[in-house]
Order: sequence, then structure tokens, then C-alpha cells
Amino acid sequence: MLSEKSEIIAQLKKDMLLLQGCRPPSAATVSVNLGAVNAAFPNAVFPTGTIHEFQSNAIESTAATGGFIAGLLSTLMQQGGVCVWISTARTLFPPALKNFGIEPDQVLFVDLQRKKEVLWTMEEALKCEGISAVIGELNDIDFTTSRRLQLAVEKSRVTGFIIRQHPRDNNAIAAAARWKISPLPSQLSNGMPGIGAPRWAVTLTKVRNGQPGTWQLEWLDGRFNTITTEVVLQPLIAERKIG
Amino acid sequence: MRKRFVAIWFRHLITDWFIIRQPALKNQPFVIAAPDHGRMLITAVSAAAQAQGLETGMALADARAMVPGLQVFDDQPELAQKLLLGLGKWTIRYTPSAAVDLPDGLLLDVTGCAHLWGGELPYLQEIIARLNAFGYGVGAAMADSIGAAWAIARYGKTGAVVGSEEQTAVILSLPPAALRLEMQVLSLLQKLGLHQVSSFAAMPRSALRRRFGPALLNRLDQALGREEEMILPIEVIPPYQERLPCLEPILTATGIEIALQRLLETLCKRLQQEGKGFRTALLKAYRVDGKVEEVSIGTNRASHNEVHLFRLFEDKLRSIEPALGIELFVLEATKADDVAAAQETLWTSGCRMDSISFAELVDRLTNKIGANAIRRYLPEQHYWPERSFKAAACLQEKTTTAWRNEKPRPMQLLPVPEPIEVSAPIPDYPPMLFRYQGKLHRIKKADGPERIEREWWLDEGLHRDYYAVEDEAGQRYWLFRSGHYDEDNYRWFIHGFFA
Repeated sequence: MLSEKSEIIAQLKKDMLLLQGCRPPSAATVSVNLGAVNAAFPNAVFPTGTIHEFQSNAIESTAATGGFIAGLLSTLMQQGGVCVWISTARTLFPPALKNFGIEPDQVLFVDLQRKKEVLWTMEEALKCEGISAVIGELNDIDFTTSRRLQLAVEKSRVTGFIIRQHPRDNNAIAAAARWKISPLPSQLSNGMPGIGAPRWAVTLTKVRNGQPGTWQLEWLDGRFNTITTEVVLQPLIAERKIG
Repeated sequence: MRKRFVAIWFRHLITDWFIIRQPALKNQPFVIAAPDHGRMLITAVSAAAQAQGLETGMALADARAMVPGLQVFDDQPELAQKLLLGLGKWTIRYTPSAAVDLPDGLLLDVTGCAHLWGGELPYLQEIIARLNAFGYGVGAAMADSIGAAWAIARYGKTGAVVGSEEQTAVILSLPPAALRLEMQVLSLLQKLGLHQVSSFAAMPRSALRRRFGPALLNRLDQALGREEEMILPIEVIPPYQERLPCLEPILTATGIEIALQRLLETLCKRLQQEGKGFRTALLKAYRVDGKVEEVSIGTNRASHNEVHLFRLFEDKLRSIEPALGIELFVLEATKADDVAAAQETLWTSGCRMDSISFAELVDRLTNKIGANAIRRYLPEQHYWPERSFKAAACLQEKTTTAWRNEKPRPMQLLPVPEPIEVSAPIPDYPPMLFRYQGKLHRIKKADGPERIEREWWLDEGLHRDYYAVEDEAGQRYWLFRSGHYDEDNYRWFIHGFFA
């Protein structure tokens, strides 16, 4: 009886997602393995073909965000795919992408002067079908502009990432998810000294049709590993204190 | 229609060319020499050297004895042909049919061309003046036959326009060398005291043929216009250009768009048939008031896709100011390349660097924001972080070496390393804490040092000892000490941020 109920609820949830315009994953969708984070998304699949928003307030967290996105790109850019990285003041070091399994020569960097140009370029790139991903580094973006990007993406099914550095305003934008990536102390396996694989506190503050939450991920051996043991949760505690 | 020909004779083609390139040689005697049978023979003399009695065909040693301090340059084989070809192409502005006349002349078929320059005399004078302005001393003449023009240009009055009625008289007054004869025939004529064409032109033809061979009669007939002579025109590749004259001046944006579409349609069709594509295109709009409006586009790979090219132009069409109206549109492919045959992929798994759709996106970006803003990087074999990659020249360029990732490299790299305050314990140990932008970071974990030597063949300075460090919050940094610890001039810098 109980199992039946839960089955019905699961089915209803699926139907609701369909009614809300969330397409079920097709065979062509690239599935990004984010470990435990996947459960937060509708249908438990990382949503591709939409916009993801990342916020960072310091260059350290921009670096962590860059690493996390590079990890995502390594799956999205399989088989010689290309991506476009658009920014106004880029400090990204191209050879570092190789550590995340991306050939840096498969990335087209567009370095611009003004925010307006970044938005135009993002829209043009997002309209181009077949690109694996488009990454835009911005400060602020208003809701209307983000809708334009979202509309472009809905047609072309390109995945877009907006990195908002030092956003002045925490306004909502049209995006499937809002992420916050902050670095966590790394650990080598058997207590060896030195720095281990990059580790992050991955926070999903907003997910469309999903469940927000915080996870600890580690990039090791070319994939994301979820860290469950020895929960440190430093960023969360810090946030609570502020709140 | 009566044919008209112009012969241009370059008196000192090669030496004039030397003077154009090195103006210091002007008024100086110099010669061009080439080795021949174990000695140096003069192949060309400058005007100043000729005035001192030097001529082509002399031994260089004799010339040196006659003119002390004579400058000598090496002969470049085929130089004359190259120069004449270039000049011949230039003269196509005067006539569609121009020919190279080795070793030192050009022949133009100017039938029906001269009236465009206001008559035959102004036409010829214009050509002479322009060539003189370039620095070439020329003799030129216009006559009814090639032979006559050739003869008068070299042996008659320069700049002479000879009509058909006086042509025979002029030719008869010239020396026999004007008939383009061989050396043996000329010396024979000289020996017989026949110093003018008139002295043998009236002789019986059979006698002339028996004495001097058929060539003399042939040349005489050609000069007098009795025998037709053809020239072999230089072929110039027709430019990829389309013109669209408008009956009514075009004033509206829609009109301009339609004009562009028509031009693209015809030109793209032509390029497609020849397997070519636009690399750069220029649209010129000739306005009623005499001004010319121009817009140009460029592509990253040759393309003859009308829709794509039109989209590239679309943004720029706004800058065309029609004013009182545009009466003529000219579209030109200023640079056309071979189109790489596009291979249709069976499974379109997505864009690649060499896909057409991606190239079209890059074209749109390039035309809007400029090519400098768009970069693609390839690995370079340098350990020095700033030099470990280079900008790729094009989208298709392949990597020659692999990207390295055996050493830790930061996600974010500061364009210029920033100095930091550090307290580090013992030589070659990582620092315990450092202060960056007023914030203190206590280091918990560290890796290093990784020494990167300065590439002394590229620049000078101290080496760097890099440390990857992690502070208590888990933030990872890339620090380096520039120089040895035990020297006084070492400093600490922060260079990057790890993911």
C-alpha cells in the first residue's frame, strides 16, 4: 500500500514536470555525472540546453567556479566539441583546462571591452546550434536580458553558463539553476602531506523544479566524486552566522 | 576598322628599375653584367654610363678601363620579362590588349581606345608622362602597324603619332635596323651602303629575297602595313566583380538590401562554379553626388553561401549613407580562396572547430567586434607560464605539441604577478603565511618548489620557485619566489589561483 502510494506520487511528480514544460531527457542528452548532486535536478538529470548561473564574490571562488565548469565541460565537450568563453577581464589560464580533460585549443576565447558586447556575443553564440557550451563572465545582468539568452537557448539547445563576478545586485535571472562554488580544503588519500585533488562546496541556491542543497565534490581521475565522510560544512556555518 | 598600335620602348629598362629602387644611383654610371664564356659581359647600361661611351655587349674589363669607379650589379635572369609583364598589366588601363615585346618593349593594340583620352596625341602623351613619372625613360609611337610603331618608337621622333598617309614616308626615311632584322642582314645592308629603308624598298622583291632572305621582305611588309601581324595579349584574370547599375537612384535601406542580394546571387554562383569562395568582400555604392560609400566584410574560411554573406553585410549596410541616391553598386571579392569541399557528416554530433556553422559564427563575431577580440590558443613548448601557449592563426590550425598537465597549473593566472608579504621559515620551504590585498592567509598545506628557469635567450632576470599552497579556508594559491633565498634581491609574488 505504502509502496503503491509512493509510486503514484512519483508518477504524479513526473507528470507535473511535463506540464511545467520540463522535457524528459532524450537519448541525445549528454548526461553529466555529478554524483549526489544529480538528485537535486528534475528527473535526476543535469539540465543541459539551458542557462546556469554561477555567482562568485572573490577571485578564489571564481577559480573554483572555473574548475567546476571545466569539469562539466569535459563531459559536454566530448568528441571534439567546441565551446566559447566570453569575458571582459579574463584571467583564466588556458593550459589549466587540460587538468579537467579539456583540450584548451577547442575553446574559443572572446575578450571584449564592454558588457553590451559580451551580451550580444553570448546571444549570437547561444543561437549557434551544435556548440557544446557558451560561458560568459559578467558582473550584472538584468532579468529581461537573461530572458533573451534563455529564449535563444530553448531553440538551439546549447548549454550556457553565466559567471557573475562580484554581482552588485542579487537579482533573479532566467536560469535553470543558480550555483555557488567555494573552495574546500583538499585531502590526499592516506593522510599524506601536500595538496590533493580540488575540492569544492557546491551550493545550489535555486533549481527550477528541483531541490536546492549543498554538497561536497572532488575532481579526481577525470570525474566528480561526492565527499560524504568528515563533513566540514564550513561555508554553511559561515553563512548562518551572517544570516 | 583601321587598326592602331602603340609601341613603347624602354631605353634603359633594367637600369631604370635599379634607379627607382635605389635613387642614389641616379646620374651615376653603372652597368649590369653577367658571366659569359669566362668573362663578364655587360647586359645593361645606365643612361649616365651610356653617355660615357659604354654599351651592352662590351666586356666588363674594357668598361672598367674606360670609366674608372664604374658600379657593377649582377644580372638577374628573367628580370626584364618580369618587369615588362608587370608594366604590361599596368597598361591594361589604356587598352584591353597589351603584349610584352622582349627584350625591352611593350606593344598595345589601341584600336578604338584613344578617343577616351581625348584623341591620339593626348593619349600617347599621357602614357609617356605616366611612365616617365615612374622613372622609366621611354620612347613611344603610334602607327597603323606593329612594325611601323616599333620602328618609329625606337628610331623616329618619340611621341610621334603617325597617320596612315605619312606612315610609308616615315618608314622609308628610317635606317634598316628599324625593321627588326637580324645582325647578319643588317651588316650586309651596311656593307652594301644601304643606309635607309628607302634605298632598297623600291628594289625588285625577287632580288631582295635572293640577296637577304625572306625575313627582310616579311619585316618590310609588316612595317609598311602590307602584312597583318598579331600580338599575343597578356591575359589578366578577370576580377571577381559584379556591377549593378540602377535606373533610378536608390534611396532606401530595402533597395540597398535587394541590390546586395542580387549581386551576391550572381557572384556566389560564379564563385561556386569555380570552386572558390569569398575571404574578403567589398561593396561599393556610387552615389549621385559622386561620392563612393564602401563596406567590407571578411570571413574565416572561404564561403560562397549567399545567406551567410548577406548576414555579415547586414549589420554594416546601415553605415551606407545614400544621400541623394545610389546609382551603381559594385560588389567585389577582393580576396577569394578555394573552398574546401565540405564533407557531410552522417551523424551530426555537434560543432567542431572546422565545422562550417562554427566558422560562420566566428565570421559574424569577427565582423561585429573585430578579429583581435577572438582568440584560440595552441600549446607552445615553454615552461615559463606566460609563454606556455600562443594564439592560433586560424580555426583550422592543429596543435603541434600536446598540452602539458603533469605539473599543477592554476585556473586563474594574474596577467602580472603581484608582490606579496610572506614569512617563510628555512630556505626552500614554502611560506607559513602571506598577506595579499590586506588579507592574511595562513598556509596549511603546500607543494613545491617547482623551479622554472628564466629563458635567457628570450629575456633576462631571476628564476622562479613556484609553490602551490592552501590556506586554512581551503583556498589554493600559486606563489613564487623570484631569485635565490640566500641572495638579497629575492621577492615573493602571487601568480595564480587554483580551482
